[in-house]
Amino acid sequence: MNQQFELPGGYKKWTWGLIAAGIIALLYGFIVLHPFAPVSNESGVHNTGTRFWAVLLQNSVYWLLVVNASMFFICVTTMAMGGWQVALRRVPEALSSVVPTLGIITFLVLMAIVWGGRTDIYIWLDKSVVAKDHILNGKSGFLNPVFFTIWSAVAIIMWWLLGRKMRSMSLESDKNGTMDYETGKKWIWKNTVWASLYTVFFGLSVASTVPWLWIMSIDAHWYSTMFSWYTFASTFVSGMSLVALFIIFLKNRGQLEYVTEEHLHDVGKFMFAFSVFWTYLWFSQYMLIWYSNQPEETKYFIERIGTADKPGPYNGLFFLNLILNFLCPLLILMKRGTKRNWTMVTIMAVLIIFGHWIDFYQMVMPGTMKEHAEMMPFEFGIAALFIGLIMWGAGRYFTKHPLTAKNHPFLKESIIHHT
Amino acid sequence: MAGGIKKFVVGSFDDEAVLFPAVKNVRKQGYKIHDVYTPFPIHGLDHALGLRETSIHTAGFIYAITGTTTALSFMSWVFTKDWPLNIGGKPHFALPAWIPITFELTVLFSAVGMVLTFCYLCQLSPFVKKHHFHARATDDLFVMAIECTDKTNDEEVQSFLQKAGAKEINIQHAETGWWIGRYDREQKLYKEEKGY
Repeated sequence: MNQQFELPGGYKKWTWGLIAAGIIALLYGFIVLHPFAPVSNESGVHNTGTRFWAVLLQNSVYWLLVVNASMFFICVTTMAMGGWQVALRRVPEALSSVVPTLGIITFLVLMAIVWGGRTDIYIWLDKSVVAKDHILNGKSGFLNPVFFTIWSAVAIIMWWLLGRKMRSMSLESDKNGTMDYETGKKWIWKNTVWASLYTVFFGLSVASTVPWLWIMSIDAHWYSTMFSWYTFASTFVSGMSLVALFIIFLKNRGQLEYVTEEHLHDVGKFMFAFSVFWTYLWFSQYMLIWYSNQPEETKYFIERIGTADKPGPYNGLFFLNLILNFLCPLLILMKRGTKRNWTMVTIMAVLIIFGHWIDFYQMVMPGTMKEHAEMMPFEFGIAALFIGLIMWGAGRYFTKHPLTAKNHPFLKESIIHHT
Repeated sequence: MAGGIKKFVVGSFDDEAVLFPAVKNVRKQGYKIHDVYTPFPIHGLDHALGLRETSIHTAGFIYAITGTTTALSFMSWVFTKDWPLNIGGKPHFALPAWIPITFELTVLFSAVGMVLTFCYLCQLSPFVKKHHFHARATDDLFVMAIECTDKTNDEEVQSFLQKAGAKEINIQHAETGWWIGRYDREQKLYKEEKGY
């Protein structure tokens, strides 16, 4: 337990391979897609620069929120006085340690879009359009570059600082030896306070304003009160899948000695339950808009699935999204045996992460690329860059710190955990 | 569904920490435990007793898809064949509008079906009686009933339970299944056998 974990050579090769593939994709984008060419909003003009920024926006926001979700998991289980997750707690901690890296990248991408005047991504950046547009004019107090910049910066910095505080408390406990009752009680209380602060801020950012600003404002005229919950569910279920993947990886390397299939079962339950929760929000958003049939609301879905006469360009992806993220998890993860089977959980975790990546793709692309979206190696290359960065950051955390929080007061509860 | 009258050695324990090793030892000794009655659910007792995993969730899944099929087929028959109505210009086959009802019927069928299956498996129903090995099993005692065969030496079982930490030990002749009726009438059936 005390010996330091060494990353296997294969892990390092994959990390640097994915990052290299991502950098090649990025260079290809800079050279071939002309991201800094002047923006043209005329219809019929195929603007390759739009694709560059849209893909970067999709990937950076998605992967940032996915790794951030693991800190949310830690905070919520801390507040709930949960004990079962302590044996695997270092895994979400390691993932959340990537938040600063991805946060900076996301911030740079957002700033390049907003201050580079990418009106093809965010139409509300165009002052002449906003002045003539009654709806956009009404939203301009919220959708303007200054507020966007400040709030994005505040959100990322707060996730960073509060997350770092949670991690540092956990790492400090390693040095001080076993806690007696009073010290443990104080330590848990301190954790609970910081976890509550994080969760409150999480509600103000991820569960509301941040998806409005970063993603929903692509379709600036359209709005849905369900949207932030829906993106939150999307990233949380992917975050839990990523946690499951890293648990299985470390378990295969003979680490995480206290994690058994009981713990895997509970992580699997999270994957199952939040897949269903995601569907609930997805469907509620869809059905209310379908039912009330207001033109300004249905526009969002017409851009994606099209109409009865003419299927839209995102028809296939839209329903693939539902199959990958609802039907597969529902039918496959329902069985107790699947959630306790290391291979099946691996397959389902990869499927869910890919499925929600598709989900974010169909959130971003229709409003930016219109009917010109094509899924090409560039999209996957950028995704590889982010996956590589997550593997790099998490791997660094695993090699620097012990993999079991051995002095956590609830560790015994986690060891004897039984579902 | 009467299971017939059988002879039992009944031991009552007042602590679950004593009960668990007792269950283990009784099983190791080769005695057949009919059942253990506890005032509250005890985590892990089913494993200690060697009971197999329940398949009530499989039953629940089957009830659930029955509910799904019932809801979808009935609504599509009503709205497309039997009584088509124009509701807000929506198509007759208005699938999104049916999903909430389909969901509700899925939950309803699976919940009601699972409760009824559970009651059947545990032999619980209104007006139906089962033998109580000890009235305090519903209050503060953990009651273990060991089934006796022709070859069982009940003296030996009793002293074994004594050693295992049982507070009260007795021998009962009891109906194993459920029956419709009243306790007092049934008690008469084996009145002369209650010679302990």
